[in-house]
Amino acid sequence: MSAIGELSTMTRRKGPLSKEEKKANGRDNKAAYVFLLPWLIGLVAITVGPMLMSLYLSFTDYNLLQPPEWVGLDNFVRMFGDARLHNSLRVTFTYVLVGVPLQLGVALLIALVLDKGLRGLPFYRSIFYLPSLLGGSVAVAILWKQIFGTTGLVNQVLAMVGIEGPGWISDPNTALGSIILLHVWTFGSPMIIFLAGLRQIPVMYYEAAKVDGATTLQQFWRITLPMLSPIIFFNLVLQIIGSFQSFTQAFIVSGGNGGPSDSTMFFTLYLYQKGFGQFDMGYASAMAWFLLVIIGVFTAINFIASKYWVFYDD
Amino acid sequence: MTKLQTLPAASGSSSAKDGKSPRRRESPGSLAFSRSARIKGLVKHAILIIVGGVMIYPLLWMVVSSLRPNDLIFREPGLWLESLEMSNYTDGWSALTHPFGHYMINSAIVVLGSILGNLVSCSMAAYAFARLQFSGKKIFFGIMLLTIMLPFHVVIVPQYILFSQIGWVNTFWPLIVPKLLATDAFFVFLMVQFIRGIPKDLDEAARIDGAGHPRIFLRVILPLMVPALATTTIFTFIWTWNDFFGALIYLTDPDMFTVPVALRAFVDSQSATSWGSLFAMSIVSLLPVFLVFLFGQRFLIKGIATTGIK
Repeated sequence: MSAIGELSTMTRRKGPLSKEEKKANGRDNKAAYVFLLPWLIGLVAITVGPMLMSLYLSFTDYNLLQPPEWVGLDNFVRMFGDARLHNSLRVTFTYVLVGVPLQLGVALLIALVLDKGLRGLPFYRSIFYLPSLLGGSVAVAILWKQIFGTTGLVNQVLAMVGIEGPGWISDPNTALGSIILLHVWTFGSPMIIFLAGLRQIPVMYYEAAKVDGATTLQQFWRITLPMLSPIIFFNLVLQIIGSFQSFTQAFIVSGGNGGPSDSTMFFTLYLYQKGFGQFDMGYASAMAWFLLVIIGVFTAINFIASKYWVFYDD
Repeated sequence: MTKLQTLPAASGSSSAKDGKSPRRRESPGSLAFSRSARIKGLVKHAILIIVGGVMIYPLLWMVVSSLRPNDLIFREPGLWLESLEMSNYTDGWSALTHPFGHYMINSAIVVLGSILGNLVSCSMAAYAFARLQFSGKKIFFGIMLLTIMLPFHVVIVPQYILFSQIGWVNTFWPLIVPKLLATDAFFVFLMVQFIRGIPKDLDEAARIDGAGHPRIFLRVILPLMVPALATTTIFTFIWTWNDFFGALIYLTDPDMFTVPVALRAFVDSQSATSWGSLFAMSIVSLLPVFLVFLFGQRFLIKGIATTGIK
């Protein structure tokens, strides 16, 4: 079961402890905490501590040199009036709302084609999977910068058929699109999750449908899609959370400034500039918490909406 | 044996890995049917080859271009190589303050430290969550699952302040120490899943023989969870090797640069004429990931299928 599945069953399952749990309660406390010690220290010192600290800092003005100065809600008020921040939100939302469905759509499509007992499946799967391993690297971002440049590979190919392409990454209208394309290019890992999911659908459903004379399309809508919906949901949640935090590609392709004219200024990129470019740590912390809230809201919406379209077999 | 028991989703996919799951086999129908099935198969192969080709082409082109004189990169979209130009590699290798090997060694140190940290700390935590009963277990487990989804950015500012006050900026510690403390909760979860699949009888037998938890963990569980450890190792390798954000923030001294930040410095410093050497070093930087992919694919695919790593 996935982490998400586990979380949702934890919140669903209520009731008295099982016999085994009761009997064993408290028995291994000492050993357990010894085994958990590194994790607990990490939780306090590396995760929860800094989280609370950044919550505090978000109400302060802090530049690393002078001690933090309490400014109340100033940072959040500033965020309301910060046009560049609003733009970065627009860029990030576009990236997530276009890139994620597109990537998952391609992943599902290819998984469906691959699933039908095809020869050479391991080979194809490797080819499709490789980009998702390399996609997060600086090297591939560099490659992208060249390919979509004015004299890059894409325009060289277009020139062969007589089209003069724009400088994709130097044109504010297409720069974000090039980065979205890079995201779509990494569809391999959701594809593998889809493949695993497709294998879990019992054969008999399809056999029964065939006997009843269902067409391939009907089988897809009535069997494959509902049975796969938990996996689609899982991919959707993971990819949305991940995409909101994208950073490297936009940073490298734009040379670190989110250009041209802020068209690839992701929220995380702006956060980096504020925090580690200008050392406006208070503002950066406020932005980070705002990001957390956005991701939380999106995930919550996802979970609520899932009641209407995700089909659980159990 | 354990593999099959412990990774249900993945074992499902691995047993049917070659696409021979029984339900897919065509029934021995009429000739016409099998012919249309064959055409369908051909169409599918055509689609896959085209899509796969388009996807892989940029990578192949980068490899070929790195072996070409610089000016060709801007006007030769093909893959045909007339002569082998190694100068891009020699130029790129020494284009920065240090030879590129220096950055690769730095990366290797961070990667090895991270792997070691993840293996030790995550497996310990996973043992506790999967096998031991203790107060607060449910809450801690829930928190652990939530931290998987926590955006890195929420903690990065105070983490930076903390590490800079200890004087750890421009050392590898900020990149390694969190791994020693099991902050990559994802792997804890992966290992918990795996341990849950190991039969409890084995622990019981060891306990009857008088083994305590450390001994059960080291002698019974750990040897049986090698596949999960391998998956963790491989993913940690790839993620750490590619990690840009952490290195960008903590490593500002060129002496300490890891490969991604070195490449970034290279991009920033390059003039338009050195794309060839930039490509060459990019390929050098991708090589270790590619090798891990070649040899560790089995574990990668299993890991993704069971836990849905990114």
